[in-house]
Amino acid sequence: MSVPIIEVRNLRKHYPKVKAVDGVDFAVRQGICFGLLGPNGAGKTTTIEMMEGITRPSSGEILYKGEPQGERFRQEAGIQFQSTALQDFLTVRENLKFFSSLYPKSLPLEELIDICRLRDYLDRDASKLSGGQRQRMLLALALVNDPDVVFLDEPTTGLDPQARLNFWELVNSIKARNKTVLLTTHYMEEAYNLCDEIAIMDHGKIIAHGSPDELLAEHFQDVIIELPERDFPDSAKTIPHRYLDKVNGTVEIITQDVNATLAQLMQHGASLAGLQVRPRTLEDLFLQLTGKELRA
Amino acid sequence: MIKHIWAAFYARSLEYVRDRSALGWNFILPVALVFGLAFIFSGDGQPLFKVGVVTENATAEVKPAPTLHPFLHTLHVDFYSVPPQTLDSAIRKVGRHQVDMLLDLRAGQQHYWINSDSQNGYVLEKLLQGSGGAPLVKQSVQGAEIRYVDWVVPGILGMNIMFSCLFGVGFVIVRYRKSGYLKRLNATPLSATEFLLAQVLSRLVLITLATIIVFTGTNLFMHFTVEGSYLDLLVVLVLGSFSLIALSLLVAARVSSEELAGGLLNLLTWPMMVLSGVWFSMEGTNSVMQWLSQLSPLTHMLAAARAIMLDGAGLTDISEHLLVLAVMSVVFLAVGAYTFKWTAE
Repeated sequence: MSVPIIEVRNLRKHYPKVKAVDGVDFAVRQGICFGLLGPNGAGKTTTIEMMEGITRPSSGEILYKGEPQGERFRQEAGIQFQSTALQDFLTVRENLKFFSSLYPKSLPLEELIDICRLRDYLDRDASKLSGGQRQRMLLALALVNDPDVVFLDEPTTGLDPQARLNFWELVNSIKARNKTVLLTTHYMEEAYNLCDEIAIMDHGKIIAHGSPDELLAEHFQDVIIELPERDFPDSAKTIPHRYLDKVNGTVEIITQDVNATLAQLMQHGASLAGLQVRPRTLEDLFLQLTGKELRA
Repeated sequence: MIKHIWAAFYARSLEYVRDRSALGWNFILPVALVFGLAFIFSGDGQPLFKVGVVTENATAEVKPAPTLHPFLHTLHVDFYSVPPQTLDSAIRKVGRHQVDMLLDLRAGQQHYWINSDSQNGYVLEKLLQGSGGAPLVKQSVQGAEIRYVDWVVPGILGMNIMFSCLFGVGFVIVRYRKSGYLKRLNATPLSATEFLLAQVLSRLVLITLATIIVFTGTNLFMHFTVEGSYLDLLVVLVLGSFSLIALSLLVAARVSSEELAGGLLNLLTWPMMVLSGVWFSMEGTNSVMQWLSQLSPLTHMLAAARAIMLDGAGLTDISEHLLVLAVMSVVFLAVGAYTFKWTAE
C-alpha cells in the first residue's frame, strides 16, 4: 500500500478550558477528495489548521508523504482559509503574481487564470470582486504553486447556488489533475458530490470515517417516505412517523420495507400523488451521529 | 530570499502608493506646517528675548540667582543658566540669534556677548548698561539669523516621518494580522524575517522619497539654512526613519487589536513629539525630561539633523547620535522579529 500523502496520528489541541481536538487519527490517500465534516465547534478547522502548519498541536504527529511537515510541505501545499483578507489596492493579477513569486515552483499564470476562470477580472481591485469571483481568486492563490495537496476550508460558505456549482466544477477539475483535496464543509450535498472519503468530527473526535456510500450503507438499511400532511389520514397515524416541515406540512416515515408501508398507507386511504421515496443522505447520517443540524 | 523580499516590498509599496488619502497626507501635513509656521513667525522672527548666564557651577535646571547682577532683575526676559563647559555652544547661538545675549558673570570674566546685527541684542545691551551693575566687557558676535522655520523644519519633517513610520507600518501589520492576511502569508514559504524586511524597506524608501520631495519643494520658497552636507542629512534621514520603523515593528510584533495598537502608538508618539524637540528646544528643561528625551529615537534624529543644518556638523560630529540610532534600530528590530507572531492566537 502506498504511503498516504498526509496522515495524522493521535492529534490533540488543548486550550486551557477546552479540548478542541482530542486524539484524532486518519490518513489521506493521494489523489482523493477527503471531507472533514462536523458541527460548529467540532474541531474540524483546528484540525485542518494543524495539518496546514498554522496552528501548533498540543501533541500528536502529522506526516506529509511519510515525513514530518517541513519546508517541503509549505512549498507543495495550497491553502484556502475560511476567510482570507488580502492587501488593499492590489488587482487580481498582482495578487497572483505576488503569491506566485513566493514559491520555487509555480503554475504558469495563464493556465491558472484559465483553470479558475479569472480572465474577465484580472485587472480589477481584488477587494471589489463578488463572492464567487473572490473564492475563485482565493482558490487560484491556493493553486499558484501547483500543489500536491490543497486544503479548502468551507470554500463555498455564503455563495449562491450557481457560484457553488461553479466552484464544485473547479474542485472536480483539480481532482482530475491527480491533486489531493482536503475539504471542510457545512454542506452535506457538497461533501457527497465532491468527497471520495469523509470523516465526521464531533467534540474533537472522529466519530465516523469512510466513503459516503459505505457510511450510509453501514448506518442505514432503510429509506424515507415523505408525503404531504394533507394526504396523511388520521387513521394512518398508527404507522410510526414524524412531522418534518410544520409550515408546509410534510410527514416522514422511515421504513425498511417500502412495499409493506405503501400497502399500509393505501389501506388507510392515503393519497400517493405527492409521495416521495428517497434514500438516506449524508445529512441524515450527520443528524443521527451528532444529533445536530448543520448550518452554514 | 531576495526574491521573496522584493515581491513583498513591491506589493506593499503598491498598496501604499495607491492609497491616495494616506499618501497625500504624508505631503500635505508637513508642507502645510512649514508654510504655516513660516507665516506665523515671519518678519524679524519671533523675539525670544532670551539671555544665557554663565556662572560657576551653573546647571541647566537652576535659574541664575538675581543677586549676581542687577540686570537679572529685568522683567520679561528669560534668563537661563549656561554651564561654563557649554560656553562655546552658547556663543554660537548668539551668532545665530537663537539667544539674544550671553552674560559671563564668573569671577574674573565679566563679559557679555551680543550679535551686532540683532535688534533684541541692542535693546538688551541698553537695558544692561542702565541696570547700574558692574560694567561688563562687550564681545560682538557676527552671524546670520537662524529663523524659527530653519530650526523647526527638521522637527516637522521628523514628526511626519515618525507618524508615517509608526502608524504606517505598525498599525498596518496589526491590521494584516487581525484580518488574517498574515495567517495567509504564513501558509507560504515567506519567512517572518523576509516579510518584516520588506515592510521596513518599503516604508523606508517611500518615506525617504516623500521627505526629500517635501524638503526640496518647500526649500525652493523658504531657502532653509543648511550649513552642512545634504548627503549627511540623507544619512540621518535614512537611519532615523529606520529606527522609527523598527520601533513600530516592536509594537506590532504580537498585537492583534487595532484599538490596542492605536493606543500604544499614541502612547509613544505623543510623548516623543513633546520630548524630542519637535517644536521647541529641550534645553533648560529639568534633568528628568532631558533624560527621557534621550530615550526617543526622534530626539537623536532631530539633534543630528539640526547640527548638520544649523552648525555645519559632519558625520563625525554627530557620530554619537548615529550610534544611538543604530543601536536602537538593531535592538528594536531583533526583539520585534524574535517576538513576531503571524496569527492572533
